[in-house]
Amino acid sequence: MATRVGVVVFPGTNCEHDALAGLEVAGARGTLVWHTETQLRTMDAIVIPGGFAHGDYLRPGALARFSPVMEAVGRFAAEGGPVVGICNGFQVLTEAGLLPGAFVKNRGLKFVCAPTTVRVEVTHSVITAGLEPGTRLCIPVNHFSGSYVCDERTLAHLRASNQVILRYLDNPNGSIDDIAGIANDAGNVVGLMPHPERAIDELLGSADGLALLRAFVSSSACVRAG
Amino acid sequence: MSVRAAEEPLHRALGLTDDELDRIVGLLGREPNALELALYGVMWSEHCSYKSSRLHLRRLPTAGDRVLVGPGENAGVVDAGDGIAVAIRIESHNHPSAIEPHQGAATGVGGILRDIFTMGARPLAVMDPLFFGSPDDARQRWLVEGVVSGISSYGNSVGVPTVGGELTFDSCYSSNPLVNVLCLGALPVDRLVLGRASGAGNLAVLLGAATGRDGIGGVSILASAGLGGGSGADAIKRPSVQVGDPFEEKRLIEACLALLDAGLVLGIQDLGGAGLACATSETAARGGVGMDVDVSSVPRRELGMAPWEVMTSESQERMLAIVTPGAWPAVEELCRRWEVRAAVVGTVTDDPSGRLRVLDRGAVVADVPASSLADGAPLYDRPLREPAGLDARRADDPTFDAPAGDSEADLCALLCDPSWVYRQYDSQLFLNTVVGPGADAALLRLAGPGLPPSERGVAITTDSAPRWCAIDPRQGVALVLAEAVANLACVGASAVAVVNCLNFGNPEHPEVMWQLSETIDGLAAACRALELPVIGGNVSLYNESTGADIDPTPVLGVLGLVEKLRRRPPGMGWVDGDASTVVLLGARRAPGALGAPGAPGAPGAPSPAAHPLGGSTWAVTCRSRRHGALPPLDLVAHREVVRLVTRLVADSVGGGDGLLDAVHDVSGGGLGVALAEMAISGGVGVRVESLEGHRELFSELPSRIVVATRRPDELVGRARDAGVPAELVGVVGGSRFVVDGLVDLGMDELAAVWSGALRARLEPV
Repeated sequence: MATRVGVVVFPGTNCEHDALAGLEVAGARGTLVWHTETQLRTMDAIVIPGGFAHGDYLRPGALARFSPVMEAVGRFAAEGGPVVGICNGFQVLTEAGLLPGAFVKNRGLKFVCAPTTVRVEVTHSVITAGLEPGTRLCIPVNHFSGSYVCDERTLAHLRASNQVILRYLDNPNGSIDDIAGIANDAGNVVGLMPHPERAIDELLGSADGLALLRAFVSSSACVRAG
Repeated sequence: MSVRAAEEPLHRALGLTDDELDRIVGLLGREPNALELALYGVMWSEHCSYKSSRLHLRRLPTAGDRVLVGPGENAGVVDAGDGIAVAIRIESHNHPSAIEPHQGAATGVGGILRDIFTMGARPLAVMDPLFFGSPDDARQRWLVEGVVSGISSYGNSVGVPTVGGELTFDSCYSSNPLVNVLCLGALPVDRLVLGRASGAGNLAVLLGAATGRDGIGGVSILASAGLGGGSGADAIKRPSVQVGDPFEEKRLIEACLALLDAGLVLGIQDLGGAGLACATSETAARGGVGMDVDVSSVPRRELGMAPWEVMTSESQERMLAIVTPGAWPAVEELCRRWEVRAAVVGTVTDDPSGRLRVLDRGAVVADVPASSLADGAPLYDRPLREPAGLDARRADDPTFDAPAGDSEADLCALLCDPSWVYRQYDSQLFLNTVVGPGADAALLRLAGPGLPPSERGVAITTDSAPRWCAIDPRQGVALVLAEAVANLACVGASAVAVVNCLNFGNPEHPEVMWQLSETIDGLAAACRALELPVIGGNVSLYNESTGADIDPTPVLGVLGLVEKLRRRPPGMGWVDGDASTVVLLGARRAPGALGAPGAPGAPGAPSPAAHPLGGSTWAVTCRSRRHGALPPLDLVAHREVVRLVTRLVADSVGGGDGLLDAVHDVSGGGLGVALAEMAISGGVGVRVESLEGHRELFSELPSRIVVATRRPDELVGRARDAGVPAELVGVVGGSRFVVDGLVDLGMDELAAVWSGALRARLEPV
């Protein structure tokens, strides 16, 4: 049976269909999960896709963390379930306290939609498992508040415990330490600003995002088997 | 008291003339009350009624095999094949953007999206042609920053990618910028729905935002009168600009598409200009029914609103749906899920004369025939006059100005990377964008949530050339259409339909009406020659400030289709190695000139206009020369060039043999800019030989497309078979951009000039 991935949809989310398409190409079966859902037991993994959850009002992710589904996502993560937040989903995960740090507006104070090159730093996460460290991937970013910030202690901890999983080679937003993606201590909760689902076909300019999505689907299958 | 007796007559304050008031009295058989007058004021505004342009617009061809819905509905719709229809519309939001650039542009995006999903289509792509005064002026930079951020914040958040546009700077837009917005959507053919009411007893349901006092009189006070000019004069009109909420619109899109998918809606119409007055009268008039609407049922966000304010408010993010009483509970339930407000505000009636009755807590406060609001405005055949001195201006041609000047410096002055703008737009959502902003045309997969599977692609371009239209609007608009069709060919698409946004000055100036009439005739003739229907449009008049009209600015959006989209088209960047050759397809010299096909061939001096420069970007930008004769256009020859290139690129994107390494049409800035852009895009230099001086480098003679190929003999053979002239003009390679005798620049320098040009002007240190 194909790995079953729940794709969380808040009002204002807009990358849910793209996430489904990406997961399908990577071999999983995606299902949309409305933000009022409180049970995720039937899912093998969860994706919180990009967009503007609840209009990004107050600040990105600040309202979404109060949607009923986030309590369920918290439980799912605590039980070791794979969770990936992409772009706005990453912002939601930091607001919900499932990942450390926060986001501020891009350096230059402008929205940026552009291809970036990221480097895989460590493979101890559900989205980089099995990849070669140092691998370079061409994946687009698309955000206004994409500059990752955290205090020095957090940064030191992230580095020391190998939680920085992706770094920009051409930092497009001023993120601290060129951070493009991080994982929690256990590696089962991941946030990344680039959109791997937008790089799943050479027709669209790059298929590099598939490496991450495939790794995620395989990790999710392992967790289920385990 | 008669409305005429007031000290400052109400009808004039509402933008109606004395004659128009007489006409209303004639239609009603009595004096209108103040509310009724307010309804006529907005519905008979230039913006809503097209009263100055409608007689002329009738001359445009609108029929075609693929056309499912032509002009007059919220959007034009064509059959794209595979059970998919494509809806497209273009609109202006010029005056709101002049006064409050961020919200003006944002609500322009919001409005055009509603026009598309009103038809049952999911909005899939937006394009934004923008026109400002010189960015060397701080106020213009404020406008650019505001407009671009408005499009970015609304479009990105609402979740519709912005896949292209245009950016033009010209002093004629200093006090009156133009912000045009085009939207393309797609739908399963069987979901097509029209904005009409039907079935007595059915409910008129208002969906979306609560109604406030924002945007009252937007269509009449703001959009249908000139601007005062200067920096502060129009600030008092700021309350007439609406405020957008993309989050509300996002939920509204999802809710409306879900309602349509569930078959719960009989007809639907967006609330844009003229608000509820427009939506109720148009749906009733189109359906040939009456409607009762009770303003006390309209959810409001402000206290104490009078009926006329409720009826004419242009509060954003609202839709009017016609549903049966039986479907209402399901409609309510679905809207609750999407957190979209839904309120029954009226009922469809079988009134034999199709009356729109406005009630306030049950009491009738206005009672007029709906069709008299929607279609009853007078049609003006305003006087036309050719602007004085036009012949002299055309004769004052810069082609033979001497000396030629420094072509290398001129080329650099014409290079501009627009990515400062488009990097701020999400151009990729929905995973359809195969070719995005910055190319000749956008090319998208024809796919989206809820659409049947298809291998087809859809291409879209917007084009304009006010510098041409100022000299000769008839020829100018034909050249614009020709360029648009060539742009589509560069991504392998065949043009199928046209939409237009006609931005002009004050129609009460006979010269402006002449420009409008000439433009429409020129467009009609060119469309007929290319067998393209015009399926929708928008006319924006009164683009003037302190009495000075803008240059005539028809903006064309042209839709193209690709049968099989399996691979990316070659693009404009050529690649290094294997002796890639640069070939110019299309006649190198103007017809009749020496060396051109059919020319007398007499030896001696080159005949005058082999490489005409009248109206060229070079003449305007580098020499401040705005006069001269426009280049000739042979639409029959143009079609042959376009067909050949379309076929070659379509072969390639269909997965077949790729004969071309690169393709780019010659347009603004001429061959010089086309070659430079190809070199910069590919990151590889070129050596071009034996061009006929700066004239050939910068002429914008149409119907020419530059390609690069590693099989030049085969290409020239294909061109010969198609009856298309083809000449080898250069060889790709190296790290220098060389045009013998004219330009010799390192690629790094060329690329730096190109990429830094716009930023340097918009963000001066």
